[in-house]
Amino acid sequence: MAQDAPVTSHTHRPHHRTPGSVLGAVARYGALVVATLLFLLPFYLMLRNALSAETDITSPDWTLFPKSLHWGNVKEVFDDPSVSFKQSLINSSVIALAQTAGTVLLASMCGYALARIPFRFSTPIFYAVLVTLMVPPAVTFVPSFIIVSRLGWVNSYQGIIVPVMFSGFTAFLFRQYFLNFPKELEEAGRIDGLGYLGVFFRIVVPNSMAFFAAISVITVIAAWNQFLWPLVVGQDPSKWTVQVSLSTLLTAQTINLHELFMAALLSIAPLVLVFVFLQRYLVQGVAETGIKG
Amino acid sequence: MSTVDATTAVGPTATTAPPRRRRRGNKGATRAFWLFAGPFLLGLVVFVYLPIIWSAVLSFTSAQNTVTSTNFIGFDNYVDLLKPGPFRSSLWTFTIFAAIIVPLTFALALLLAVLLNQVTIARAFFRSAFFLPTACSYVVASMVWKLSIFNGVRFGLANQVIGAFGFDNIAWLSSISPPWYWLVLATVRLWLQLGFYIILFLAGLQRISPELYEAAYVDGAKPGWQTFRFITVPQLRTTSVSVLLLLLIAAYQAFDEFYNLLGNSSLARPPLVYLYYTAQGNQDYGHGSAGAMILAILIIIVTLVQGRIFGFGRAEK
Repeated sequence: MAQDAPVTSHTHRPHHRTPGSVLGAVARYGALVVATLLFLLPFYLMLRNALSAETDITSPDWTLFPKSLHWGNVKEVFDDPSVSFKQSLINSSVIALAQTAGTVLLASMCGYALARIPFRFSTPIFYAVLVTLMVPPAVTFVPSFIIVSRLGWVNSYQGIIVPVMFSGFTAFLFRQYFLNFPKELEEAGRIDGLGYLGVFFRIVVPNSMAFFAAISVITVIAAWNQFLWPLVVGQDPSKWTVQVSLSTLLTAQTINLHELFMAALLSIAPLVLVFVFLQRYLVQGVAETGIKG
Repeated sequence: MSTVDATTAVGPTATTAPPRRRRRGNKGATRAFWLFAGPFLLGLVVFVYLPIIWSAVLSFTSAQNTVTSTNFIGFDNYVDLLKPGPFRSSLWTFTIFAAIIVPLTFALALLLAVLLNQVTIARAFFRSAFFLPTACSYVVASMVWKLSIFNGVRFGLANQVIGAFGFDNIAWLSSISPPWYWLVLATVRLWLQLGFYIILFLAGLQRISPELYEAAYVDGAKPGWQTFRFITVPQLRTTSVSVLLLLLIAAYQAFDEFYNLLGNSSLARPPLVYLYYTAQGNQDYGHGSAGAMILAILIIIVTLVQGRIFGFGRAEK
């Protein structure tokens, strides 16, 4: 029975396939291959320059492949005292992980409450959360900095992490997701004597791992790549994130290009790994946010 | 089998329990609601609502080097900003940038999504290649663009390529006429954001029922432009509206690539870059807050107008 659909579509296809549509297919693949090469080119340039000698990068007779590979550039980046790149990597990791854990935990619980726990004022509260989506977070950087400086959190991890942890958008996505969560599962848990916390953590969360993974991956990438807020709050070099360090090097007067490109390559490596292993969740998550957005 | 057991088990309790459970549940539910939503809502109040209120107050004061100024000056900060000057030109920069980047991203993302949707071989590979830049930061991309592709000297890739055709080197980021820096700014953003919107369109395309195309084919519509125009485009309406709004908000928040490619240059300085230098550089929180208020009001107006025109609110039931 299930075979019917594919078979008919296969038998129909050849009838439509005229010389024109073969040409069309060639043109489509041609366009996609060209686009793919353009999309991958910047990654290749980063890799090429990161493994080049300085003279190979700035040489007037530039070549697509470097003349020789300099793996020692990795060590040079970590040994450079003016960057403290290792510290930046640690800072970025701590910030990205803590921010993601905080965002996902708080937003999922709030989203669950808005979707599933009966409460008289939950509609106005939901609107209050929605309103925050209207104001882009970047617009609030001046006022948020004022709060952070009053709290004495400038140049601290909590100053960089906490204020951006409360994502109305993430809470909204979780609410929409939980609205469609099968009620029967929760009922079963309640009959087994679980309270709201028990139902949430022992039934709802374990059964929503794909959605949690998708949101976590999106949040980790956004947290790792954020720039303006860590730039404003983490002013001391000991609190610089990878992005702030790279930007400082980029806008400095004198720079070692090979070191800078190696640093950039090392900074995207963790995300590319996350990407390669969790791409399916990522695409699914983006697609789902798009439907709701 | 187990599902049958579960439903029969749920059935009777569900019909007998409600009155008692609802009465007992109310207080418990209220407590549970605050337990679940309280921490998040508190954070939202402290780090979103409070800053905006504080900023609104500060925008009516001359707050220089202090965040607790009591020196009220009315609308002076707003008047200063809206006079011809750097803030107003930053709004122009945003307008030009949005006029370039929004239609370009929209058209290219739609085109690539349609192409992806039509091929069967290596679709996942192409999709990954387009999506991979999404994992990259604007800082890293700006670096590759500034120091490798659009370096104004001979070893830059763009100059290598045009050199092969016999053209002179171009100083991409400092040339004013023609303003080549827009090419650099637009391509950075295209590279970084296209993948995300391709996925959104692809999700939209895959929700269109194939029967619609078959029906159109039976009715004599030619596959290609006609089905695209009369089926694909109308069916993608909701997605298109979301994409446009997201693109506009993202363009409006531009900071990273402008800061890293052009710094505090007057060539192209969008609002957030201007506010960054006003608030952080000059510690002028009065003008900085007024600027943030103007931006917040603008984005709310744009969202509401767009909602009116396209019915954005209807997208989420």
